Amino acid sequence: MMNLKSETLARIEDVIPHYPSKRSATLPLLHLIQEDIGFIPQEAIEWVATKLELQPINVYEVVTFYPMFRQKPIGRRHIKVCRTLSCALMGGYKTCETFEKEFGAKCGEVSADGEVTIEFVECLASCGTAPVVLIDDDLHEKVDVAKARQLSDQIKQEAARRA
Amino acid sequence: MPAPEQRRIIFKHIDEDGYTNDLACYVRHGGYETLKKAVARKPEELIDEVKKSGLRGRGGAGFPCGVKWGLVDRKSGKPIYLVVNADESEPGTFKDRYIMHQDPHQLIEGIMITCFANNVKLAYIYIRGEFPHGARILESAIAEAKAAGFVGPGILGTSYGCEIYVHRGAGAYICGEETGLIESLEGKRPYPRIKPPYFPAVLGLYQCPTIVNNVETLCHVKYIVEVGGEAYAKIGTPNNTGTRILCVSGHVQRPGYYEYEVGKITLGQLLHEVCGGPLPGRTFKAVIPGGSSAKVLKAGERFKGKRKIGAGMVDYDWGIEDVPMDFDSLAMIGSMGGSGGVIVMDDSVDMVAALANINAFYAHESCGQCTPCREGSLWMKRISSRMIHGEARAEDGALLKSVADQIAGRTICAFGEACSWPTQSFLAKFGDEFKAYPETKKAPKGDQALELV
Repeated sequence: MMNLKSETLARIEDVIPHYPSKRSATLPLLHLIQEDIGFIPQEAIEWVATKLELQPINVYEVVTFYPMFRQKPIGRRHIKVCRTLSCALMGGYKTCETFEKEFGAKCGEVSADGEVTIEFVECLASCGTAPVVLIDDDLHEKVDVAKARQLSDQIKQEAARRA
Repeated sequence: MPAPEQRRIIFKHIDEDGYTNDLACYVRHGGYETLKKAVARKPEELIDEVKKSGLRGRGGAGFPCGVKWGLVDRKSGKPIYLVVNADESEPGTFKDRYIMHQDPHQLIEGIMITCFANNVKLAYIYIRGEFPHGARILESAIAEAKAAGFVGPGILGTSYGCEIYVHRGAGAYICGEETGLIESLEGKRPYPRIKPPYFPAVLGLYQCPTIVNNVETLCHVKYIVEVGGEAYAKIGTPNNTGTRILCVSGHVQRPGYYEYEVGKITLGQLLHEVCGGPLPGRTFKAVIPGGSSAKVLKAGERFKGKRKIGAGMVDYDWGIEDVPMDFDSLAMIGSMGGSGGVIVMDDSVDMVAALANINAFYAHESCGQCTPCREGSLWMKRISSRMIHGEARAEDGALLKSVADQIAGRTICAFGEACSWPTQSFLAKFGDEFKAYPETKKAPKGDQALELV
């Protein structure tokens, strides 16, 4: 069963009245649920539909359209490397490759230890400090191979401390 | 001719030591004084100031802001909404990010002035999902402004009230298209709406009249009301007024954001002097001047014609370095100022690979509503990607162009053009590289060659 934190439930109640139409709260609710449990399970789609007086398909079509929503869990840390032109011109593909090597996982996969998911994403709007990487909520700029290794080490150390 | 000095109006406090994004700091620097003056005036006067200013939208299309406001249906009896387009996603563009993260109250003041001028009671900031900190910063800035009486019911002791809410996107570029954004804000897939009849000014959010303005545009509105429309119109050049933030990325010594009076700096001054020229040992090969969908310019090409100066027509003969960075000049040479994102490529770049990178972007971002775009953008990606990773044929360039030619003009929204212009312009200007690609591919790649796709 989907078990949302009471804080998430409170934020859900808080956000719905921001809109004259309940349906508008679809994206905010999906964000809140994903932040809480890490992905959007099937029962969440039905739960949101009931909550907003919609059909499940109305929510499902949103979940499947927007790249940031996912229907499966990912690694504890989410590494998003920008793939688009300005970053690629400054070595974005090498940056991505470095993360893949460091964690032994391909783009779009979860590492074997469940620690990271590496993803190539489209433009993160920080082209002047390319290549850029978003790790969870934090932007990292000018991530060349050396900096990608350093960030990987940091993630590994943080994982080791937690273990 | 040496480059002019930057004129920082919108980016006045960006990266300034000690400048923080809280209300106290903003107020200490004169913040919300313009809003106080604005609410003492008649709303129509404020709209008039914006009309007089000649301000053109900074999101991409360059549509005159005052005209946009003038189109709003004010007789329908329905509420009027303001939607702030903070979905900054056009590759090469990175200006709104800094405004929202470092100076959010400047945007909020611009929003409140715009709302007061247009009798808007409810505004949404649609911020792209990849700016989670930006969304939180805006939310806390709105809460601060509300507590201080600048936002919310009965602002500044008047009977006028307006709420602002932050709405996060979820990673889809098409939400930057204003009707797609509106659909997204209604909780749906962001399929752009067909115009007519769905002009936002008449049938926008919840089928009500809606103004959609870019973040930077709204900051200009604040400044216009501060100094007056006529004074603002003197900044920049005729029909291209004010300042604009130019975002430079790619192969220059000093990439970054620079604010100049529109049309007062040339592309050559920007790239050579301001950005320090090409990287050591390199020369410039190509420049995309207004975000990745703008048509590419080739180093060494020349543009000739007649242009209007004052009342007369004057001949011009420009190399790409001579082109003034304004809406009209860039349109005149067949490209566009777009969103202000200048992407620079030097002679190390394989143009086929660069186009393949851009095509992969558009194929990923097509919403899939119109067949020519959904299928065409995918085919352009597959053909250009095959040229790099598989077999390349001499006729692939012509094939790419034929696909692009069948998309532009046949779609509901401007994405059709946005995804075909790169292919059309790369082929028009670097067609030889595409033709020679089967041979080029056989030659060993240099150590420096970067993978682009």
